[in-house]
Amino acid sequence: MGISVRRLSKSFGAYHALDCVSFEVPEGQLVALLGPSGSGKSTILRIIAGLESADSGEVQLTGADAEAPTRNRGVGFVFQHYALFRHMTVRKNIAFGLEVRRPRPSRNELRRRVDELLNLVQLTGHADRYPSHLSGGQRQRVALARALAPRPKVLLLDEPFGALDARVREELRTWLRRLHDEAHVTSLFVTHDQQEAFEVADQIIVLNRGKIEQIGPPQELYERPASPFVTEFLGAVNLLRVETVLGMNVQYDEAPLPVEIPGPHGMAAIYVRPHDLDITRQADGRPAWRARIRRITPLGGLTRLDLTLHDGANLHVELTSDRVRALALNAGEDVFVAPRDLKVFHQPSPFVENYVI
Amino acid sequence: MSQKPAFKSSADAVTLLTRGASLSYLGVVLLLPLAALGFEALRPGPRVFFEALSDPLARYALGLSFTLALAMAVVNAVIGTATAWVLVHRDFPGKALMNSLIDLPFAVPTVVAGLMLVALYGPSSTMGLLLERNGVPLIYHRPGVAVALLFVTYPFVIRSVQPVWLELDPAEEEAAATLGANHWTTFFAVTLPALRPAVLSGAALAFSRALGEFGGISLVAGNRPLDTQTASLYVYGAIEGDRTQVAAAVSIVLLAASFAVLLILNSLQNNAVKLD
Repeated sequence: MGISVRRLSKSFGAYHALDCVSFEVPEGQLVALLGPSGSGKSTILRIIAGLESADSGEVQLTGADAEAPTRNRGVGFVFQHYALFRHMTVRKNIAFGLEVRRPRPSRNELRRRVDELLNLVQLTGHADRYPSHLSGGQRQRVALARALAPRPKVLLLDEPFGALDARVREELRTWLRRLHDEAHVTSLFVTHDQQEAFEVADQIIVLNRGKIEQIGPPQELYERPASPFVTEFLGAVNLLRVETVLGMNVQYDEAPLPVEIPGPHGMAAIYVRPHDLDITRQADGRPAWRARIRRITPLGGLTRLDLTLHDGANLHVELTSDRVRALALNAGEDVFVAPRDLKVFHQPSPFVENYVI
Repeated sequence: MSQKPAFKSSADAVTLLTRGASLSYLGVVLLLPLAALGFEALRPGPRVFFEALSDPLARYALGLSFTLALAMAVVNAVIGTATAWVLVHRDFPGKALMNSLIDLPFAVPTVVAGLMLVALYGPSSTMGLLLERNGVPLIYHRPGVAVALLFVTYPFVIRSVQPVWLELDPAEEEAAATLGANHWTTFFAVTLPALRPAVLSGAALAFSRALGEFGGISLVAGNRPLDTQTASLYVYGAIEGDRTQVAAAVSIVLLAASFAVLLILNSLQNNAVKLD
């Protein structure tokens, strides 16, 4: 086992940053800790690295208890704002973790390892530059090379691409995944960006308010979210709140829900992803809601439609632009909208009502 | 349309006026006295100037002042940095009080500082008697001068290092720790280089202050030539003895040194900006 975290708890005053968090990162995997800010994900990372201490619980790195001070834990850490040593050249930065080793590696050995890493992060020509002369993406690559140089047991990345602009972020994600496929060092990275987690990670751990909501491979989380929070957090979704009596929807009686809602009386939350909704001009026998198109926003290959249901609820629909053209849809028209897939949760406690994330 | 040029020229006039005013103020307050001093020193010709400087008393006084100033720079660099560390990284009761006490030497008139030391360590005080019996008399001896200078230069390094240290991103030190560095390695390899410009500029200010200090020393030193007479005391004595040219010549040396320190400070700050 690469990283094992057991019953980790941590409070800052009255604020519970972590509440009995347990999970494992298998050897050689790249796992994402995904959650909104304040969910405790960075705290977990810092506790694993020994930069912060837990109130209770334990951390194991490659099978051994991690109680040693940070410098003896053998973790590589990549910070959101790079944290490069600004008065050292790129070469010096990368060499740092090797130079503080005792016994100190020979000059030749050092040079060879640094060259190897410069090559790995594609910065061979920049060895003698100072961090201030590099772009954000280059700086983060230096930071990664620096963290990998002493061959750490595990690599921890704290929002590594958070400070970069969108294009560079995307490049670095792909690059990080490729790097991991080559180097296979057990990695745990923190992000609040679900797309980033989906693109890069083998497994995702979804955190909310210091607790784990769900752990699993990206596709599984997306298809079978365990809670309203996970559903909301993993991409844009429509939320409809309905009241059920004996499993029957009473609110949309004019346009009854096209599904049976099992479960007791009470409130239920229905989640439908924008791309899981289809629009037809005529009722075609399938159960569907009636809605009016408020606005059509072309987004290249996809088109986004803002609809209003009869009770005033808003619905976002995503169709291919071809489909919108074929239907010749216009704002102000009345249409039928039918969900292909939806998730129902009882007694929901969504964070914000009736919105699209 | 017709208003725009009028507005523009009045803005120009304001610029000219403010620039002119600030330049002439600088001229009257700073440059004119400087020029007067230079003129006074060099008026009798370079021979007299160098003669004044070759006087053994003048040489000794200058030597003493520079040695003490250098010592103040070094001592303050070390102790000031350590004190700043305590203020930035440690919490303890009375920290706020300590923080405000540090500025005391800025606020207390230096003559008063001298008086305090005489009262504490003077020959008629208990401490003074004790010290003298053990063979380390302070007041009217060189160690006393050093103590007075320590008092007046105390805040400089602390006050230049502390804010820089507060602003320092702890992530760099954390990164060093994750890479296997211990506390000392981290301090010398990561923290100190980031603080270096602040330490040096604080030390340079302490140096300048110690070099030119008069008030704090005047009571403590006893003004004994070839022993406790510093350059500033020598200048004062020369003026009292109506040897204005000698005073001016020694003053020019002090002035040149202070100016050099200023230039070094400036280049330090420029370097610090470049790395960010």
